[in-house]
Amino acid sequence: MTFDFTEVAVRDVSRHYGRRRALARVSLACRSGEVLGLLGPNGAGKSTLLSILATTLVPSSGDVLYGSKTAREAGPSLRARLGFLSHDLHLYPELTARENLQFFAKLYGVAGVGDRVAAALERAGLAARSDDVVSGFSRGMRQRLALERALLHAPRLLLLDEPFTGLDDASVAALVSRLRELRAADRILVVVTHDLDVAERLLDKVAVLKDGRLVAFDDAHGRIREHYRAHVTEAT
Amino acid sequence: MPMFLKVAWLVMRKDLTVEVRSREILYTTVFFAVACVLVFAFALVKEGRPMDDAAAGIMWISVAFAGTLALGRTFERERHSETLRALMLAPVSRPAIYVGKLLGIVLLLLIVETVLVPLVGLLFHAPIGNRPLMLIALLVSGTIGFSAVGTLFAAMLVRARSRDVMLPILLYPITIPVIIAGVRGTAALFEAVPADELAQMWIALLLFFDIVFVTLSLWTFEPLMTE
Repeated sequence: MTFDFTEVAVRDVSRHYGRRRALARVSLACRSGEVLGLLGPNGAGKSTLLSILATTLVPSSGDVLYGSKTAREAGPSLRARLGFLSHDLHLYPELTARENLQFFAKLYGVAGVGDRVAAALERAGLAARSDDVVSGFSRGMRQRLALERALLHAPRLLLLDEPFTGLDDASVAALVSRLRELRAADRILVVVTHDLDVAERLLDKVAVLKDGRLVAFDDAHGRIREHYRAHVTEAT
Repeated sequence: MPMFLKVAWLVMRKDLTVEVRSREILYTTVFFAVACVLVFAFALVKEGRPMDDAAAGIMWISVAFAGTLALGRTFERERHSETLRALMLAPVSRPAIYVGKLLGIVLLLLIVETVLVPLVGLLFHAPIGNRPLMLIALLVSGTIGFSAVGTLFAAMLVRARSRDVMLPILLYPITIPVIIAGVRGTAALFEAVPADELAQMWIALLLFFDIVFVTLSLWTFEPLMTE
């Protein structure tokens, strides 16, 4: 049976790089059908927390529970339930859109690769450009393709590191709409963003990090700007 | 096909497809290897007569230098769009990813060697046709040993700021036994009367290094790649 979970809980997680503290005793949780936003100034520890959630970084202390299991207990099968979209996009520019999706679909052991890839290309609005190499795509096209790449294996937890960076208004609106669909499909979304307009339209919960510490963790509705002003604008 | 081999095959095929499209690493590595051999030829060949026993050493030094360049560029490519992280996030055996990367590097270096070896033979009057199968066995086993360590270190250093400097500093001391075995075995084959038994001994030693280096790399790849 494939591993699955409906809640992610970060418990007392700290992370140090040598003597530098990147995260200090952070605890928060997020459930299926929720979008958690990580806000904070540069260097606050947002990307470090995202990497820990993605299992590519091990916490110095504390643990992350995916349902009732830690990453170590769940093993590699956990990674089949995680999707990651960073601003680096994780695409090979020399390969075509179809080749990129096919490669990752096979790597994730997705069943029915051809159909799944065709559907992903359709959703990304790239069916007509599917055999063009990615290096010729605009930022918005690459972003849409990267999101579909991250969703090919139907992950439960989707981690997005500044996904709106460099996108025009139409692309941002399309991405927000797609993320809302995912929320409605009971996925757990964790989004790092500095875009307050988008945050207000999308987030259910907001966690504000500053100097590696969690300084606010709250329902997002109507209070995002308040938290941002209090902790982020003041810090920068 | 077992999942481990399937993943290794996928990664290697992806690397080769990317290289066939760009040809960046192949061209730069061949050019660099040829430049190395030419520089040594200018220094060590006087009036058409090469220095005794120089050919084997020049050949392996060029392979090592070109291999370092290829390793650096291959992982720079993975760093550029953080695709190495995407590979690490996949729910597959991470050592299988290592094997796929290793096979891609080995294949690339063997292609470079098909240009390099005849050039060394030509410029240094080396009898490369003396024992072709044994020479191929030496080159393949030496290339695997060198690349096994190189792939591990290049992957490890992919996020290090000084990776270009660190790679040769870490790689050369550890692969010295491979280079020495390669040079001595090749020199044995390049003698007027090839020393077959000596060459076979060096090939056996290289195979032993291959087993040790690949096993250690498979064992350490996952913990070293998890920060």
